[in-house]
Amino acid sequence: MYLTREERKMLDGEEGYAVKKSMEILVALGEIFGAEKLIKISSVQVAGVSYHNLGDAGLEFLNELAKDGKVKVLTTLNPAGMDLEDWKKLGISEDFAKKQNLVIDAFRKMGIIISCTCTPYLIGNLPRYGEHIAWSESSAVTFANSVIGAMTNREGGPSALAAAFVGKTPCYGLHLEENRVPDVHVDVKVDLEKFSDWGALGYCIGKEAENKIPFITGIKDASIDELKSFCASVVTYGSKPLFYIKGLTPGSEKQKIPKEKITIKNEDIREAYENINDDIDEINFVCIGCPHCSINEIAEVAESLKDKKILPNVEFWVATSRPIKQLADVRGYTKIIEDAGGKFACDTCLAVAPLKGRFKAVATTSAKGCFYSRGTNEMKTKLGDIKECVNAAVSGRWS
Amino acid sequence: MELKGRIISRGIAKAEALVTLQPISFYGGVDPDTGIVVEKGHELEGKSIKGKILVFPNGKGSTVGSYTLYRMKKNNTAPAGMINKECEAIVAVGAIISDIPCVDKIDISKIKDGDIIQLENGVVKISRFHV
Repeated sequence: MYLTREERKMLDGEEGYAVKKSMEILVALGEIFGAEKLIKISSVQVAGVSYHNLGDAGLEFLNELAKDGKVKVLTTLNPAGMDLEDWKKLGISEDFAKKQNLVIDAFRKMGIIISCTCTPYLIGNLPRYGEHIAWSESSAVTFANSVIGAMTNREGGPSALAAAFVGKTPCYGLHLEENRVPDVHVDVKVDLEKFSDWGALGYCIGKEAENKIPFITGIKDASIDELKSFCASVVTYGSKPLFYIKGLTPGSEKQKIPKEKITIKNEDIREAYENINDDIDEINFVCIGCPHCSINEIAEVAESLKDKKILPNVEFWVATSRPIKQLADVRGYTKIIEDAGGKFACDTCLAVAPLKGRFKAVATTSAKGCFYSRGTNEMKTKLGDIKECVNAAVSGRWS
Repeated sequence: MELKGRIISRGIAKAEALVTLQPISFYGGVDPDTGIVVEKGHELEGKSIKGKILVFPNGKGSTVGSYTLYRMKKNNTAPAGMINKECEAIVAVGAIISDIPCVDKIDISKIKDGDIIQLENGVVKISRFHV
């Protein structure tokens, strides 16, 4: 890989330990994936924030980098393992909170915005079409590539940090137009009736288009919230972090329809629900907001919860970013949700909080949330729209 | 025997080889406290990779696996070195941040369990004392 004189100096350690280590990471990745050079990026999203996933070693690694590492571009942070201000109400232990705060301190020292959200594009880290960025967090990567048309590979936590310290990333993979060509045509012949159908559709397409870039036809309309949910699901269940929807997403007008064709039908969606939903009726955890809720989704939760009471033995979370919660405060949604017995889980979510062993079964609007609840947190799962989840919260049962 | 590969992470290591032809997921697939492979059905299941020259085709699974390697290094349960057929991002980043020597583009079928391997900046020296 070609390095400029300036980049070589960074690799030799002239800008200190964090930059040197970062250059080693970027050069190794560039060599492996055949990059010819490094390219400038305009923003970074860093995953690997929850102490639950990092452990003491991860914390130690971050502290090493924080000694002399300062980010060179706009850098935002993925959710942490707890609400940073009000972790006690979420049942987080004192020990965990202490460690989580040390992780956050390290990131703060690096100059990173402590945004703690998987939807950075909703709160001010919004790239433009065609812009090169280095993001981790698979749902955000997929949203940036597909809905915005920015260009990023699916980074891991350390490689995203490395890009932030250098301000560059190796130019390979989805940074090159020739690698953004779709390779499978997915014709959707489905009546998308409710919100969670988008998660189910993501499940179907992710499984069918494993490690491929889908070109999707047959979808006439989609809201940003529906696309956000679809992004999280399709990449969790197997596709590359890029898709095109004909007539809806940028670049779809330029791409040719691939020869390989898959058709998704109503029975596939039914089957997806059968696979995602466990055979269980009793629900003791409900979480809305994976990816983090937009203000529209919170409005719908508040509307559904008005004059209702969540059962005392059901934990109800609205997972969102702090800036969006502030909008909800102003609109009065927070009060309605909290009066009904619900809690706001800012800065965190059901995928990264330490929840193992706490709840038997979760109801959620997120197909991605179901995947992680089953895998890492060993919960039974039910996927539905906001109304169905609210019903489960007030009755304790899935119906 | 001597094989030449591509340097992923610099450094020198000498230890016994532990070989698998199956990819390894470090996050969830290896216990970072003991160094024992715990992935169900993996051909190394139950074996410890601690202190070995771990020979495997490539990594797989979650990118958190890079942090798992770092955690193992700090716990003294990490492999002494790694040899891959075709390295990918998880193992490469894990090796670099943990200072574990790592080389790829090696014909790993030439290495057998128990071979003594010397790894030195991209060169793999193999000594075989057993038959």
